Amino acid sequence: MFKALADPTRRAILDELQERNGQTLFELCVRLMSRHGLGSSRQAISQHLDVLEAAGLVITRREGRYKFHDLDTAPLRAITDRWVATSQRRKR
Amino acid sequence: MGRNKPEEKALKIVVTSVLVDDQEKALQFYTNVLGFVKKEDIPMGGPRWLTVVSPQDPNGTELLLEPDAHPAAKPFKDAMVADGIPYTSFGVDDIQAEFERLKGAGVQFTQEPAAMGPVTTAVFDDTCGNLIQIAQRA
Repeated sequence: MFKALADPTRRAILDELQERNGQTLFELCVRLMSRHGLGSSRQAISQHLDVLEAAGLVITRREGRYKFHDLDTAPLRAITDRWVATSQRRKR
Repeated sequence: MGRNKPEEKALKIVVTSVLVDDQEKALQFYTNVLGFVKKEDIPMGGPRWLTVVSPQDPNGTELLLEPDAHPAAKPFKDAMVADGIPYTSFGVDDIQAEFERLKGAGVQFTQEPAAMGPVTTAVFDDTCGNLIQIAQRA
């Protein structure tokens, strides 16, 4: 998961999915280009999505002929549980 | 060399096309749902030379509803749809109003209106095997 988060393009993908869940590959590519100036190829974005999916941060959902990508923040909760929540407990 | 002066005779885009799985179904969708009007309908022995135009620009570019009978067409269209890529794009004055109108008419969207730099776009299914983008310039 840390490897997945280490790449700025992949973090931008998560930002865009945070704003709107359930995007097609096309919508993600256009958003990355028009809002982040990231002119990566469709193949490159697709590979980034594969890495995010392997880390459990993105879920790909097939609906009929379409394919949508959803954000799943559950793996990030493991980080907050391990460090953030523990340190907050100590402060109390 | 390109022609730089607009008054010089240049090529014009008269017809563009979209590959449809059924011409009659396409005609119904592109006229009754989208609101284009039929321009040409010429029998060609099976398939028709079937075009529609915008009622705002009846002498403007025609959209040919072209049969997708070639075996290469279907895998191409399926791959485009799976990745959410629109086949072509139409201009609208008010994308939010158009989105609401089409959604109300049962049109399925794969992308709701989203600002993409200088344009706001949305993408819907034309029921004939394609995704189509609508775009409003800011």
